[in-house]
Amino acid sequence: MAGADKQPVVVTDAGPLNGVLSSLLTWVDQRFPMMTLWRGHMSEYYAPKNFNFWYYFGSLATVVLVLQIVTGIFLTMHYKPDAAQAFASVEYIMRDVPGGWLIRYLHSTGASAFFIVVYLHMFRGLLYGSYRKPRELIWLFGMLIYLCLMAEAFFGYLLPWGQMSYWGAQVIVNLFDALPVIGPDLSTWIRGDYVVSDATLNRFFAFHVIAIPLVLVGLVAAHIMALHEVGSNNPDGIEIKKRLDPKTGHPVDGIPFHPYYTIGKDLFGMMVFLVVFAVILFFMPEMGGYFLEYNNFIPADPLKTPPHIAPVWYFTPYYSVLRAVTEDFMWVLALMLIAYAVLVIRTARKPAVRVATASVSVVLLAGFFAFEPKVWGVVLMGAATLVFFLLPWLDRSPVKSIRYKGVLCKAALALFVVAFVILGYLGTLAVTEGRTLAAQFFTLVYFAFFLLMPWYTRMDKTKPEPGRVTG
Amino acid sequence: MGDNELDQGKRRFLLTATGVAGGVATAAAAVPFVASMLPSERARAAGAPVEADISNLAPGEKVTVEWRGQPVWIVRRTPEMLESIKGSADKVADPRSERKPGELTPAYARNEFRSIKPEVFVAVGICSHLGCSPQDKFKAGAEAFEGNWKGGFYCPCHGSLFDLAGRVYKNKPAPDNLKVPPYKFLSDTRILIGEDSKGA
Repeated sequence: MAGADKQPVVVTDAGPLNGVLSSLLTWVDQRFPMMTLWRGHMSEYYAPKNFNFWYYFGSLATVVLVLQIVTGIFLTMHYKPDAAQAFASVEYIMRDVPGGWLIRYLHSTGASAFFIVVYLHMFRGLLYGSYRKPRELIWLFGMLIYLCLMAEAFFGYLLPWGQMSYWGAQVIVNLFDALPVIGPDLSTWIRGDYVVSDATLNRFFAFHVIAIPLVLVGLVAAHIMALHEVGSNNPDGIEIKKRLDPKTGHPVDGIPFHPYYTIGKDLFGMMVFLVVFAVILFFMPEMGGYFLEYNNFIPADPLKTPPHIAPVWYFTPYYSVLRAVTEDFMWVLALMLIAYAVLVIRTARKPAVRVATASVSVVLLAGFFAFEPKVWGVVLMGAATLVFFLLPWLDRSPVKSIRYKGVLCKAALALFVVAFVILGYLGTLAVTEGRTLAAQFFTLVYFAFFLLMPWYTRMDKTKPEPGRVTG
Repeated sequence: MGDNELDQGKRRFLLTATGVAGGVATAAAAVPFVASMLPSERARAAGAPVEADISNLAPGEKVTVEWRGQPVWIVRRTPEMLESIKGSADKVADPRSERKPGELTPAYARNEFRSIKPEVFVAVGICSHLGCSPQDKFKAGAEAFEGNWKGGFYCPCHGSLFDLAGRVYKNKPAPDNLKVPPYKFLSDTRILIGEDSKGA
């Protein structure tokens, strides 16, 4: 319905202001699709009635996003993106700016909170198959958000210009250096100098405060729009849109998002989250060196790497994968690749798939020994993040939710979580031979979870899905 | 063809032509932005040679000087240290500095000790893996990272090992030896880093 043909908006709960408010909102609604948006996304968006604990983390991620944007704006009022002044300006915020310490700790603790919330949100997707058809795009937008978050965290970590800022950026930018042919020029282009320097800090500031946040906010909008287009999944992994109430046309197992989930659930979740967040914020903002590393309270020194360097905890699983790739491990990788190619070729029905698999494997095998293991460490680390994108097409189980999947899928997911946590833990420690072996083993487990998924999800003995959502 | 009929062929041609022209213009407009992120003229001009005085450097000690924003190490090696380099030849990946010769090791340092004078070792203290600066582990003996350690450098980031000539150990993440920068002796105790005698 366009413009002036729309029904007037009637407000009945504003007391003596009912009339004024009604005519104001009607005026707006005739010029902007206010009520259409409100109904479509809030009061008449029907969400499954059986959401559980795992469904808090999507709304919490939005809360943390707002927190990061607001605290970030106030930090830029005092921060100086200049290699000569950056470290001192952060200390100035901590000591001299009224309440500056609070805003800074909100932002630094918020960064870790963001990843905790997002990892739990992603785990929910794994549990209940929320990435499966028709929600592939929601998952892909979500993964792009995750990549943006990692970029945001990486660029932001350089800004305090401490020792970990400097050497972390040095290591990550040098990852690009490993790429054949274009690598060295590419890393120089990223740094804007031959070493990490003032030019690097200045541009990372630009990426951190404007470029990535703009993309991030756009992706969040796309993520939610795609979600509201197809409807939310639920712990049973069945489509509530298949059973509509003949009278109202709404799903019988759905309830309006507002007020049932906004006030009834997410507001409560937000309060519990904020209590936990405040405890961390006020009593352990550095989290024993995990949220803010001790070496980052030392100004950047380009001549001296700290004795122990590790990324912040949310990057450590990938960092472990990077470190796991040594010369010897290339042989293991080559063996695994051959075994995997044989598996694909033996089970694939289309001849084209077989030919493609064989040729890709041969090229990869040649590459394994033509390029240094360092290149493959970087490739494997990249693959460990990007492999998540393939999930909607790797899972071939007839059911979506873990509730109706069999023992194979449950064991695979459990092993994956164990591998992810152990890789993350190993990534915070210095390397020893034993730890490298462990990292290599769990790197294989990590990739097996994804790459063997088409087989074990089909072999698995599943239970029948219920017709209606359960408790 | 009547006045009201659409000429689909013409429309497609115009759309394609507009699309291609607009695409080329957009790509061309991106060039100055991409180029603006390259090292500036000021960054390119920086990097003049630096001079180091090693008259106070005792045998077995190291000094670090900054050249092009990077640490350059100068180690005055003892006879035992030189002996350990001979002993590590079978443990290192590129004992004779044959890889990337022009880039990593200048011709005058392409020898067993990777230096002009055996006792004075000059190298850029940046690991060839991902650019951390390795630590001094000069003392031989058992270490957590290597049971039979002969002395050298240990990179804290990813565990790469280098001997006292900056040669990388086999089966470590770092692919190459430490870079030896261009350098020359101005006198017995003064070294110019960033420039060598073959012109420049």
